[in-house]
Amino acid sequence: MEFPKDVKYTKEHEWVRVEGNIATVGVTDYAQDSLGDVVYLELPQDGANVTKDETFGVVESVKAVSDLYSPISGTVAEINDALVDNPEVINDDPYGDAWMLKVEMSSPAEIKELLTADEYKKYVEEEK
Amino acid sequence: MSENKKIKITPLHQIHKELNARLVPFAGWEMPVQYTGVIEEHLAVRKGVGLFDVSHMGEIEVSGTKALEAVQIITTNDASKLKDGQVQYTFLCYPNGGVVDDVTLYKFSDTRYMFCVNASNTEKDFNWIKENAGKLSDVKDMSSRFGQLAIQGPLSEEILQNTCNLDLSLIRYYHFLHGNVAGVDAIISRTGYTGEDGFEIYMPWDATVKVWQGLMEAGNRFGIKPIGLGARDTLRLEMGFPLYGNELNEKTTPLEAGLHRFINLDKHHFVGRDALEKQAIQGIQRKLIGIEMTESGIPRSGYKIFVKDRMVGEVTSGTMSPSLGKAIGMGYIETVLASMGAELNIEVRNRRIAARVTKIPFYTKKTVQTAVN
Repeated sequence: MEFPKDVKYTKEHEWVRVEGNIATVGVTDYAQDSLGDVVYLELPQDGANVTKDETFGVVESVKAVSDLYSPISGTVAEINDALVDNPEVINDDPYGDAWMLKVEMSSPAEIKELLTADEYKKYVEEEK
Repeated sequence: MSENKKIKITPLHQIHKELNARLVPFAGWEMPVQYTGVIEEHLAVRKGVGLFDVSHMGEIEVSGTKALEAVQIITTNDASKLKDGQVQYTFLCYPNGGVVDDVTLYKFSDTRYMFCVNASNTEKDFNWIKENAGKLSDVKDMSSRFGQLAIQGPLSEEILQNTCNLDLSLIRYYHFLHGNVAGVDAIISRTGYTGEDGFEIYMPWDATVKVWQGLMEAGNRFGIKPIGLGARDTLRLEMGFPLYGNELNEKTTPLEAGLHRFINLDKHHFVGRDALEKQAIQGIQRKLIGIEMTESGIPRSGYKIFVKDRMVGEVTSGTMSPSLGKAIGMGYIETVLASMGAELNIEVRNRRIAARVTKIPFYTKKTVQTAVN
């Protein structure tokens, strides 16, 4: 199970990578492993508003449907169209090619509320 | 299920753990839902071979000089047609025609039959059978004495043959024999829930591990894989096989599910006969259909089905089909609307997604040829 240190995490198992005012969002290795084979992904449109802790999309495995929760608030600057067409990439490369959204943050201070890699790892181990 | 009941485990529980299976509660049992991944396991069964632990399934024996009479009273199919060593798919129905359970019936002799029943229904079925056939026969719940494994897929016969004393080519579909597998006396039945060739094997509970290990060893060079309940569900769904609790329940009749051929109204009497006969004459109001999505989205149990702007039914099962690479499902809609190719909308998270009525089974060897070419 991978917990890269260059991203921040949520208890809903999303990750965020911040570059300037843009936050890139995806789901964690633990999330993809729990989901199993991902077969469907639904993301918001470019320009949509997302709000911290509210759903921004849906990911489905063969068996189950799971909501995706936004780690931060802002406006969607870009979505990963290629991932919508090939959602199985979420299982292969959750922190890389399986990024989902780039969000222009409206409240960058929200980042401080997210978990570090060590904190998230500890949280996941307790949840098991 | 009362909450104070302890979750049950099969004889293979430790082996599942060692194989890193994801274990989940199912029908009162802790069962493997997947080992390496549902899609990989699914395709292994379609293309090669897979081994399932289905020891959670129940076995109920009905015996005595009036065993046939007892079985006939509680089942919809005609058990008098069975020869020794033959298996029959049949229903236990309530007087109103609703389904107590869908089961397979094994005939050992004129005086001994066995039902293989759904794990979620074992206790209910046992009580029902006892209540309705207990005066004519001896009814015994054998579920804790039998382990059950299913070896399924085109390579099943070859692998099982390597560790079995019988000539398996002599066992035809829906027939069984007593034999020896991996040094264990077992019932070997050419049946399954996947649509592939394969066998279901019943053996003493404590010998289940030995048979599992024998089959895994014999299948090793063929790439045999352990298969969880996740792939069991997608495999049966591609075939359009009903699952009790989804397509079948106490409020649904086998006629509505399109399973007429397992109901024999020529039989003098059985529980539910009058209601089923009446429904057969009057016609059914709703009908089980196959659903194929024509827009992006996956139908799931409980999703509403619309024709134009009117709700006409609900989805009972749905998934992304691993063999076909498209979203499929089943559900009930008003009979008058259930014509092949009819356009539907499935409500997925407050959006209506286009779909159409399609034929069941979704998967045949031929459909895959078409999908590939």
